[in-house]
Amino acid sequence: MAKLPGDPGKKLKAEDSQVIRIDEDYCKGCSICIDFCPLEVLSESDQINRKGYYVPKISREQRCIGCRFCELLCPEFAITIKNE
Amino acid sequence: MKLSQTETPPEDCCEDSNHRLHKYLRQETLPTTFCVGCGCGTVLGAFAQAVDELSLPPEEIVMVTGIGCSSWIPSPYFKADTLHTTHGRALAFATGVKVMLPRMKVIVIAGDGDIAGIGGNHLIHAARRNIDLTVFMVNNWNYGMTGGQMSPTTPQGALTTTSPYHNVEPPLKAAELVAAAGANYVSRWTTYHVFPLAEAMQYAISKKGFSFVEIIAQCPVSYGKMVNMRSGSDFLNLYRDTSIRIEQARELSEEELVDKIVVGKLVERDAEEYVTKLYQVNSEQSAHKE
Ligand SMILES: Cc1ncc(C[n+]2csc(CCOP(=O)(O)OP(=O)(O)O)c2C)c(N)n1
Ligand code: SF4
Ligand code: SF4
Ligand code: SF4
Ligand SMILES: [Mg+2]
Repeated sequence: MAKLPGDPGKKLKAEDSQVIRIDEDYCKGCSICIDFCPLEVLSESDQINRKGYYVPKISREQRCIGCRFCELLCPEFAITIKNE
Repeated sequence: MKLSQTETPPEDCCEDSNHRLHKYLRQETLPTTFCVGCGCGTVLGAFAQAVDELSLPPEEIVMVTGIGCSSWIPSPYFKADTLHTTHGRALAFATGVKVMLPRMKVIVIAGDGDIAGIGGNHLIHAARRNIDLTVFMVNNWNYGMTGGQMSPTTPQGALTTTSPYHNVEPPLKAAELVAAAGANYVSRWTTYHVFPLAEAMQYAISKKGFSFVEIIAQCPVSYGKMVNMRSGSDFLNLYRDTSIRIEQARELSEEELVDKIVVGKLVERDAEEYVTKLYQVNSEQSAHKE
């Protein structure tokens, strides 16, 4: 697992199993979330949103540890991590 | 899926989002107008996260900003009263707001050009006064909005549109300058360090006196085009690989720290704040006259 830059902290980190949601309409396809998820949960896809950006694909959701690194790094507020 | 160039998103675009930080944002302005992979959006997120952790009602915040891409972080996206002022003058306006509305949290978010370049003198004196403002300086190492000119914080040796051979100047160490001038709290983080960054922003907002966080953030377009770093991730990788915690940096020489980004808390003190003293002296004077 890649290292995280510091501790997400208790309040931020989701506890149980996580559901990742990507709001396609917000995504600008920068791929930061794909490149920096410590567990490679997200990957590139060939799906294009209404603005013409490639949206990431959630390929290994069960590996997600709910660290919210993707959620906070995403410059467009397109990813949400929710506790189930 | 083929997409025609003229297709516009429907009216209800983005309305079903349920991001936990959306409540702090003017949703109709999203997605942002920042370029793909720009760090400004991440700074906005870290700021919203900080406000959320503090349970600070946005009605108690006055945002003040200048001109530049980074100056668009509060306005129009963050849902609080905002004074979008002229280039370089955010701190002068913020000083006025704080003196007249001392109970409000007055928070400045603007760029390196705005705050340390054209507004550099305001910065020194606001820090010297130790006025109770919070300043988040988004340092993307250039004048992003106007096409990538060299700024006072551009690293030595970097190519920019106005230093096309390379920058011969050493960069201004803005955080160190503010610490030396007398601020109560100074730290530096990058957008890669988004957790400690959000925490530092939270701390800076609640700290009495002048607090300053220098946020190294990527400009993959205006800056990136000249140094061949065209994606946000290129910069985040650089920040991860070249940053060093201040505790470790203290053991190293100046030469060893060239090309390193020193992150962490530079200074914290509890010196008396300006507005309190100002009101005190005023009331003493009026009591004296009576
Ligand atoms: C008095 C004045 N001088 C120059 C400009 C042109 N100008 C607009 S934005 C900018 C630089 C912005 O740089 P920075 O504050 O670092 O913000 P960035 O775009 O990099 O986020 C300049 C020089 C202006 N608007 N007003
Ligand atoms: S929350 Fe953490 S582990 Fe889960 S997808 Fe995001 S970055 Fe990856
Ligand atoms: S970080 Fe956000 S905008 Fe960038 S690709 Fe991921 S979801 Fe899209
Ligand atoms: S020019 Fe640079 S700072 Fe401005 S929006 Fe684009 S990437 Fe961001
Ligand atoms: Mg700049």
